[in-house]
Parts: sequence; C-alpha cells; structure tokens
Amino acid sequence: MDRPLTKNINLDRPPLSLKEYEKAGGYAALRKVLKGMSPKEIQKLVQDSNLKGRGGAGFNTGTKWSFVPMGNDAPKTKYLIVNADEMEPGTFKDRVLLEGDPHQLIEGMIIAAYAIQADISYVFLRWAYRKAALLIRKSIEEAYEAGYLGKNILGSGWNLDMHLHTGVGRYMCGEETALLNALEGKRATPRAKPPFPQVSGLFGKPTIVNNVETLCCVPHIVNNGADWFKGLSYTDDGGTKLYGVSGKVNKPGCWELPMGVTLRELIEEHAGGMMDGYKFKGALPGGASTDFMTIAHMDTKMDFKSVAEVGSRLGTGTVIVMDDKTCPVGFVHNLQHFFAQESCGWCTPCREGLPWVEKILLSIEKGEGKPEDIDVLEMHGELLGPGNTFCALAPGAMEPLQSALKYFREDFEKHIHDKRCPYS
Amino acid sequence: MPAFSQEKLLKAKEIISHYPEGMQKSALLMILHLAQEEFGGWLDVPVMDYVAELLQIEPIEVYEVATFYSMYNLKPIGRYIFEVCQTGPCMLRGSDHIVAYIEEKLGIKPGQTTIDGMFSLKTVECLGACGYAPMMQFGKTYREHLTREKIDLIIEECRQNAEANN
Repeated sequence: MDRPLTKNINLDRPPLSLKEYEKAGGYAALRKVLKGMSPKEIQKLVQDSNLKGRGGAGFNTGTKWSFVPMGNDAPKTKYLIVNADEMEPGTFKDRVLLEGDPHQLIEGMIIAAYAIQADISYVFLRWAYRKAALLIRKSIEEAYEAGYLGKNILGSGWNLDMHLHTGVGRYMCGEETALLNALEGKRATPRAKPPFPQVSGLFGKPTIVNNVETLCCVPHIVNNGADWFKGLSYTDDGGTKLYGVSGKVNKPGCWELPMGVTLRELIEEHAGGMMDGYKFKGALPGGASTDFMTIAHMDTKMDFKSVAEVGSRLGTGTVIVMDDKTCPVGFVHNLQHFFAQESCGWCTPCREGLPWVEKILLSIEKGEGKPEDIDVLEMHGELLGPGNTFCALAPGAMEPLQSALKYFREDFEKHIHDKRCPYS
Repeated sequence: MPAFSQEKLLKAKEIISHYPEGMQKSALLMILHLAQEEFGGWLDVPVMDYVAELLQIEPIEVYEVATFYSMYNLKPIGRYIFEVCQTGPCMLRGSDHIVAYIEEKLGIKPGQTTIDGMFSLKTVECLGACGYAPMMQFGKTYREHLTREKIDLIIEECRQNAEANN
C-alpha cells in the first residue's frame, strides 16, 4: 500500500534533513515544475487529482487556486499561507507531518505558491507546537541555502520568500478570514465574504490558505500524476488520508490510509478495538464539530461524500470515540464549553448562544435540568445553525449537540427525570 | 518604561522584517510572546505600551489583542506552568482526574499560582495531542500519557531545578 505522505516519517528519530530528503526523491517535483510546467497546468493537474481540502471543508484544492487572479494585470504581491494552527478537538494529524517531514510541506508550499504565482508565503503555526517551530525554521533556512527559496529559484526567474509565523492558538483560525486577521496582528474575528481571500486576502491582496496535509499531497501529485493520486483512494475523493482515533481504544493513533476505509476498520483494526470493559457508543468522525455516528454507521466509508450521506462530515478525519461508560451529556457539555470559550464574540448568536447551551447542559448534568431544557437546546440548533451566524464555528458546535439529542436522547431525559447523572 | 535586551530587540526586528513595509503590526503576536519571556512571564500595561511604541501602533491595538488570546498572561504567573488540556478527547482519558490530582498536590485551583510563586495551574483547550491523552503543555514541551506518578516526577523535577538555579 502506498503511503506517500508518511513514507519518510519515523517520529522516534529526527526528520530528514534537506540532503536526506533530496536523496529520498524530495524536491524533484519542484524541479519538474520549474523546468516546464505553467502555473495553470499545475492548477489543472491538482484539480484533476480530486485533492480536497484536508482542513475539513473538503473543497477541491485546484479549483480554489484557480480563483486567484493571474497574469500581468493581477494585483502585485500575492500570498500563500499554510494553516498549521491545528486545533479541531480530536485532530493531531498535521503535527505528525510538521514534525515528521517538514521539507515535504515546504516543497508543497513552494509548488502551490508557484501555481498561483505568489511572492510571499507564511507557515501559520500554532504557538504550542514548539518542536515543529524549531524544525520548520531550520528547514526553511536549508531551503534558502539550497536555492529552493529566495530570488530566481533554480534559475526560473521566479522569487518566493517564506517565513514562519507563530502567533496564536485559537480555534477561530480554522476560519481562513479570521486567520488572516490574526496574521495581520489583530483579533481572530471573521471577515465578510465576498470578497473571498483568493481575490482580497492578506493585506487586501490575493491569498490562498491551505491545510498542512493538503499541501503535503502536492509534490506527490506532481511526481506521479492525477490518475495515480485518484488511484490511491477507495472512493471518488483522491489520495490517501491521515486518519486518527482517540478515546478509550487500545491503540489511539494516527495512520495514513487509502481515502475511504470504513469506520469499523479504523477502530477495530488500526486502533486495536475498544479497551477492556468499554463498549463503543458513538463517534465524532472528524473532530468535535461533526455529528455523531453510531454503531449503525460502522461500515460507512470515511470519505467526504459517504460520511455526509449518513448525516455527518468527514471533517479532519480524526475520530473521537465515545464509550458506553462516558456520559453523553457530560461529554457534549465539555465540547460546548470548548466552543463557548473559542467563540470570538464577533456575532451575537454565537457569543450569547454557546454559553447558554453550555449552562443548560451543565445543569442537566448536575441533575437540575427541566423537561423544557431539551426544547431550548433544540431551538439553539436552529438559531445557531448555518446562515444565522457570521462564520461556521457555531453551526459546527451544534453538530455534536443535535446528533447527541437525536441518538442519545434517552440519556438526556433520564438525567432530567432522575435528577442525577446516571453515569456518576 | 521597560525595554528589551539587545538580543531580544534584534529578534523583534528580524520578526518585523518578515512582513511588508508598513505591515509591522503583523509581528505583534510574536513580539508579545517575546515580551512575556523577557518580562517575567506576563504582560503588564507598561510592557504592552512598550510593545506599542516599538511597533508604532496605538496601545489599544496591543491591549485588544493581548486580552483576546489565552496564551498571554495578564497577571503574574508561576515559574512553572501546568497547562492541562481538558477538551473532549483528553476528558475521555481522564484529564479531570489529572487536574484534580494537581489541585490536591499543589493546593491551587485552575487559574491560581502557589504562594511561593513556583507553580501555576491552567486548564486549556485542545493542544492537538489527542492520541496521547491525557496531556499538558509544560513550558516548551508536551507531557503526554499523564499519570499521577508522572505528575509527581514533574513536580519533583521543578523543585530540583529551582533549587539548582537559586
């Protein structure tokens, strides 16, 4: 089985230096691109490979690039940013790529920057990833020394600068316009769209923001072609996927697998099944902001379309497993606490609604809930749903809540009826 | 007014050079981290004013950012900070017990610092180490698969370090 993204990764030793990375075939894709591919050709290639954004939105990456104004009339100074502010609860896959093979990311960034003819690129890294920061900084220096960054890269006449930006750690930065504000030294609040960042992003200039895993796929697509990339997958979405599993399983972890393995395979095979004494109750398939899947969904293929068909989202593809001894009310309360904390406060429904939801869940968990509280929670699902808030944070927060009310409603009712948490 | 050491000032200038001319405000968040390192682990108002002057922006632009991001400490903080992740995946693996154990060992609640100024306890949101839960950030490192025994060792390690450096 091909594992292009993790083939060089062994977290027990330091990542490959630039020389070692080159020896393993690294930077060949960049050479190929600069020798004879036009930016438009690369956009088309990536579009054809059906690479979809790995940050959770699942939008075709090549298509996203194609919205950037090109040619001599395009605004001067364009930006390529990699979002390495990984903070979706349950998600710890980008850290593996950042610490495991930083040059793979840098090569992907340079090629992506070339495809949109960017002038400056930033690695927007969450502050907490200290180890990754050191490795990325060192790797960028190596890439400058080797002539892969800077002026007239490999004699192509094209220039690109790259910098590490380690400002923040804030969930809001998953929303790319909020990330842009953070990168401009402001609060991470979202901007109105349109204009979209592809046209008016960082400092008002055309900007592409891509996820770490997304960009790591790019050199491999250039080396091996769109059909090869599509062939890695079990489904229509191209490529492999870094899946993860956390919770009370025997071997929590992160693995690169063909896109479209089933939830069952992930949990039972790769994560080694549930720990002794615990049973599977439900799972959030792609981070905290996705709807629960249940035992009935175990054979669902973990790709964008199949997960959507059972009412959830692939999100980041990192599964949080909830066991039968964890109280669903308490667990959802924990998640809503997270979302309430991370709300940027920009728009009223999110700023006021999430703490309200958190409070109600806490009172139910403590045995102080009233029957009508369930209606209030359901009402929030609508009030904070898509279209009613400025960005996707609050609608995302409602996904685990609404699905918990659907699948584990008895648990909520029992808390209210018995006036105590049956799990404590 | 506080001022950076020569070394930190050079570092700040290097960071500022990463952004186009006139866009030096982009360096604010990174420079606030430098300031926190330099001035005792937290951002007092004079420190924020100094950063504003350095970046040629208004003080309010610094305050509104410093109060927004949770990694900035706006009051004095302990020499060693336990930042325990409490979000979903860590909760499933017992982060509540880890927090309770630290509370018991140090006699402080989250958000507090021990009287001797040695330890602070913070509960924080997802640190992206969900497969290695429960975990915490401790200085510049991640401490993963936490147990009571590991907490005991870390506290002991801090006390020895502090003694060696005093």
